[in-house]
Amino acid sequence: MSNINGQTLTSPFSWASTIELLDGVKVDEIGVKERVSSLSTRSIKRESKLQALNYVVSMCDLTTLEGEDTEGKVLQMTAKAMRPDPTDDDVPSAAAVCVYPSLVSIAKEMTGNSNVKVASVSSYFPSGQVPLESKLLDTKYAIDEGADEIDIVINRKAFFEGDYRKVFDEIVALKEACKDKHLKTILEVGELRTYENIKKASLISLAAGSDFIKTSTGKISNGSSKEACLVMSKAVYEFKEITGFSAGIKVAGGIRNAKDAIRYLIIVKEELGEDWLDANYFRFGASSLLDDVLKQIRKLKTNAYQSSYYFPRG
Amino acid sequence: MDKWEYSESIESDSIVSIQSKYGHFIDGKFSTPNSKKYLKTVSPSTEEVLASISVGNKNDVDSAVNSAKEGFKIWSKTSPSERAKYLYKLARLIQERSREFAVLESMDGGKPIKESRDFDLPQVAANFFYFAGWADKLDISWGTKEIKPYGVVGQIIPWNFPLLMLAWKVAPALATGNTVVLKPAETTPLTALLFAELCEEVGLPKGVFNLVTGDGTTGSELVNHEGISKIAFTGSTSVGKYIQNAVGERDIGLTLELGGKAANIVYNDAALDQAVEGVVNGIFFNQGHVCCAGSRLLLQEDIHDEFINKLEKRMQTLRVGNPLDKNTDIGAINSKEQLDKITSLVNEGVNDGGELFQIECALPSEGYWYRPSLFTNVQPSYNIAREEIFGPVLTTLTFRTPEEAVEIANNTEYGLSAGVWTEKGSKILWTADRLDAGVIWANTFNKFDPSSPFGGYKESGFGREGGRHGLLSYLKVRS
Repeated sequence: MSNINGQTLTSPFSWASTIELLDGVKVDEIGVKERVSSLSTRSIKRESKLQALNYVVSMCDLTTLEGEDTEGKVLQMTAKAMRPDPTDDDVPSAAAVCVYPSLVSIAKEMTGNSNVKVASVSSYFPSGQVPLESKLLDTKYAIDEGADEIDIVINRKAFFEGDYRKVFDEIVALKEACKDKHLKTILEVGELRTYENIKKASLISLAAGSDFIKTSTGKISNGSSKEACLVMSKAVYEFKEITGFSAGIKVAGGIRNAKDAIRYLIIVKEELGEDWLDANYFRFGASSLLDDVLKQIRKLKTNAYQSSYYFPRG
Repeated sequence: MDKWEYSESIESDSIVSIQSKYGHFIDGKFSTPNSKKYLKTVSPSTEEVLASISVGNKNDVDSAVNSAKEGFKIWSKTSPSERAKYLYKLARLIQERSREFAVLESMDGGKPIKESRDFDLPQVAANFFYFAGWADKLDISWGTKEIKPYGVVGQIIPWNFPLLMLAWKVAPALATGNTVVLKPAETTPLTALLFAELCEEVGLPKGVFNLVTGDGTTGSELVNHEGISKIAFTGSTSVGKYIQNAVGERDIGLTLELGGKAANIVYNDAALDQAVEGVVNGIFFNQGHVCCAGSRLLLQEDIHDEFINKLEKRMQTLRVGNPLDKNTDIGAINSKEQLDKITSLVNEGVNDGGELFQIECALPSEGYWYRPSLFTNVQPSYNIAREEIFGPVLTTLTFRTPEEAVEIANNTEYGLSAGVWTEKGSKILWTADRLDAGVIWANTFNKFDPSSPFGGYKESGFGREGGRHGLLSYLKVRS
């Protein structure tokens, strides 16, 4: 098993070792909140702000996941991902576009051999409430259509019923179906609620072979939070200490402005380290975030805020 | 070189105006000192001279005490709700000018602006608001009207939280009807001098608040002045002992808040990542210049290696530098004298056999700096495990059982504070019950609230500051 960064996880990490990891999970809620609030006072100005904003663009998974999505909509968005600000060549392209399986091929046609990846949600996103066979079919279809990356959801039903083994086994099976494709596993932290649940779900997902763990589907109101990102960072770090495998984190769900996005980068830098300041290890899943970031970049360069109509629609 | 460096984000010092020379604040105004002696207060982060302050002599202290005596005649007859009004006014003015105070505090004392801005100043205002609220409720608080202020109170405060220690002392003293002669620390007098300006601005009756700057000789004059009815002191245990001897044969009230060597006990069933944060906060907050700092880390043996590994990694992310940079975590050591003391104690620890870890970071070329440091392989007999270092230096000891943890924690002449880290509630209560310390934090550290009494056991002092209990330090109750 290896991910896009060429790392190999010597596994599957056994279920017995995973159980051991879960046994030790203890997270203090107040401590997590205090740490996040303290990191949120970091003051990011001038050059460091511009650098951060460029990171955010390059880490963006530009996303549309609606019943009303059409080929036309996806093409607009893909064009925007490939060239977020046509007036400024210094602005990087986004990391990926993220769409439903039926729209993968049209997106892939446009991205071609560019840096922009096509990610597809699968495994009956967002609820995951179907048998594993259906999830595998869903995933295989997305891969056959040309998806570079697959975003799956964990089985929350099994998680809350205490059947961690089932959560683990499903991810192992889906990872196998993904072959060399990049697997991002969505925890849906807003449903898991407690930080200990988030840490446990993170460790299960990592042990089962996920390349990334991801906060949310974006389909519930309390999607991502900086606290969840911090807890997931601790899990990623802990897993690296044990296995040597550096997994990535994708935050998605409710991140709408540049200031908020930069606060996530601060958590990543100070909790995980600077190696994670890279689209191979950290992503933002968002639909409207990119526009605010582009505006902020232009503000830093020209000292004026510009209206949305100066930026092409995505 | 980091991949993503934070650009400098400096809080502007243009908001403060510092005079080149200051007198004392006596009888409601700044006056020309009788003493001709001055000392310079410097910025510990640049070694730049900020101002000259007078070293108050016997005559200066005499004028201040006489002014406070006159002030007491008015203040003790001022209705409690009137007294409260002045305190509320001061609280609001402090809030309005909190940025100015915070910048000045960081310049004069070296602490990071994020601490002076987010901790010191909000706490200062909160203390004035809190004690303002008590002023007209003293009779119901003790169930008797037979409560009397002492009269003139001499207050001597330290350099680690200059304005906050002023607030802890001045707010309850004035709320209870006493008048005050305050002596700030010689290295950090500037925020107290600015506070005196506020007293003038709110029209506090003359003589109610008096300020005499100076050094130890000035403090000694104040302690030995016959016009004083009560001394409140926060500082080192050695000076505390001197004061206790000096006032031993006089009819005079005394509260002392002295040193500490707090145990921060981490059990193997704690949430370790958050415990690491708490331990870092416990010792590196305010460069470790904190009397209740968690300076002895007590680790259960079986988590020692894992915890130290996490701790060292976390320490390495601490940002040491310019106190006015908003991203600075660790500022300057308060004075050359304190830096020398820390250096010599750490050297002694290394010679004794302690294993020293210091973070790698660039230090500014001017000013007084010390790298965040961690000692492991320390025996309880080493001096670094016994003496208060009062700097960013953490000493690790290990234990096997809860009984042993308590024994080691209590094996000190101090007893100001302690921390307990475990996810098991019953173990928190069991441990806290057995610790000889005035303040015990569980799964957190360095939490303060004006309503919570603070003070020590053993050689950490006596008397309480804060809360209803803190009022008693400034009242005589009879029945």
